[in-house]
Amino acid sequence: MLFTPNALHIPDGFLTPFVSLVGWGLALILLLIAVRQTRRQLAERQVPVMGVMAAFIFAAQAVNFPVAAGTSGHLLGGALAAITLGPWAAALVMTAVIVVQGLIFQDGGLLAMGWNIINMGILTAFTGHLGYSIVQRLAGAGRAGRLAGAVAGAWASVEAGAIATSIELAASGTAPLALALPAMAGVHALIGIGEALITVGAVALLQASRPEVMGSAETAPGQKTASFVVLGLLMAMGVAVLSPIASSDPDGLQAVAGTQGFAVQAQGNGLGILPGYAFPLVQNPAVATMLAVAGGVSIVFAIAVILGRAASRRAAGRS
Amino acid sequence: MHFDLSDAYRPRASFVHRLDPRTKVLCALLAIAALGVIPAGRWALFLVMGALIVGVAAGSRLGAGFAMKRAALALPFVLAALPLPFTTSGRTVFEVPLVGWAASDEGLTRLASLLVRTWLAAQAAILLTATTPFRDLLWALGALRLPRILVSTIGFMYRYLFVLADEAARMLQARSSRAARLGKKRPSLRWLGWTVGMMVGTLFLRSLERSDRVYAAMLSRGYDGRPLVFVQSEMRRADWWALLTTGLILAVLVVIPHLA
Repeated sequence: MLFTPNALHIPDGFLTPFVSLVGWGLALILLLIAVRQTRRQLAERQVPVMGVMAAFIFAAQAVNFPVAAGTSGHLLGGALAAITLGPWAAALVMTAVIVVQGLIFQDGGLLAMGWNIINMGILTAFTGHLGYSIVQRLAGAGRAGRLAGAVAGAWASVEAGAIATSIELAASGTAPLALALPAMAGVHALIGIGEALITVGAVALLQASRPEVMGSAETAPGQKTASFVVLGLLMAMGVAVLSPIASSDPDGLQAVAGTQGFAVQAQGNGLGILPGYAFPLVQNPAVATMLAVAGGVSIVFAIAVILGRAASRRAAGRS
Repeated sequence: MHFDLSDAYRPRASFVHRLDPRTKVLCALLAIAALGVIPAGRWALFLVMGALIVGVAAGSRLGAGFAMKRAALALPFVLAALPLPFTTSGRTVFEVPLVGWAASDEGLTRLASLLVRTWLAAQAAILLTATTPFRDLLWALGALRLPRILVSTIGFMYRYLFVLADEAARMLQARSSRAARLGKKRPSLRWLGWTVGMMVGTLFLRSLERSDRVYAAMLSRGYDGRPLVFVQSEMRRADWWALLTTGLILAVLVVIPHLA
């Protein structure tokens, strides 16, 4: 029960060695920055605090609730770690979790681990943090703003990890982007709701019992750097979807173009997770999904900001 | 209450177990990389790779079936590659009834090769972790230039993993002892998710407080921020031979497809 295989852990064999090595290179550069940033934040407490908190994320992933038909909702934790520890510390904590899952439980490959670290460690932590701070700043400080930020950050973090995974699979010629992207983005739009619920519950409890924990994370160093990095990564993802270079496999995207009829048909046949998820006017399903996701993110953020503002105004009126 | 979190290490008296951890990490990574380079459909080459891995498994006295069975855990991910036969162009082998999707021979070969690659790569990783104690494995990763701070963080995580997993298990037990099974009238998902979030928040606070106590205990024993490393290992002649043989076999396997 403790160990639920996760759809985002890419095993070895699914990515070409070249793509894998690019991932490890990128991951190592970001990890070196993370080590430096967290040393500024935690000094010699760095290792014990982050080690125990990594064990916490691992254990928290086991705390679950039944959803339906034997499936259960549980936490990934990247956004929660980023909201409570700061983005760079969260990236390191999540990396430790992914390495242990890969080495001990064979959850995710060794050569593919570089991308697993980026998808589930760095991207979830940074998008979680970015979403949290944007919405929290717009919705107003205090409890309501933080809760609204937690919802937006948690949901966006799961979606970012899923999209990145499908792009890497497509770049290796393993799954066509036109199919993998809508499927992954669709499924994880639902999984993200569970992530948002658990994260907001945890943040509410921390806000009520130990508000100083939340405050200390908000002053963690390197927040701007983290935002630049995640914006860079998100832009790279956008470019990857738009450009035909997305597939290093020579016949990959051409084959997809040839079988686009299939992709459209697949959605009509119930293979598409959310029918009508794609905009009708855009021909390429991958591009359409990206547009739909961007729209979805803005809607989630807007709702979070509006509700957060209303709640904080009500709280201000009461006091 | 304990979670079934068993260590992946299986102690045996074998020459594979006695190799330097760095040797084993490098050999496993090289084997996984080689598997990725062997083109789809070269079954003879995959067979040689399989024989190599089974040979190491037998040499480590774990038994040939040990890694094979456990490696099947990695296979469900294949779902992501299932569209391959239908999106790769080639000679049509069969059509899915009703919907009329055509599966090409080329696509089926690629899907099967992917399955074999993933299965063999997972076996290599399982043999690595089953023949190397986790602490030695971490030391090897540090020696191979993974950032030291990250390596000691992972070591720390591994030490407290079992403690916090038990803490989570106790919380789940307490929850089920207070609240009976969910009956016909289920509470809303929103409520369930929020409650689990509260539990996660509690676990977070307990973990944070534990890390404070651990840090204080370390300080009182003279910790000054530098990681202590106790593992000592040297590359012996057997290690160089193992690296050389593995490297040569893999190099031959990788070069063969480009000869014709």
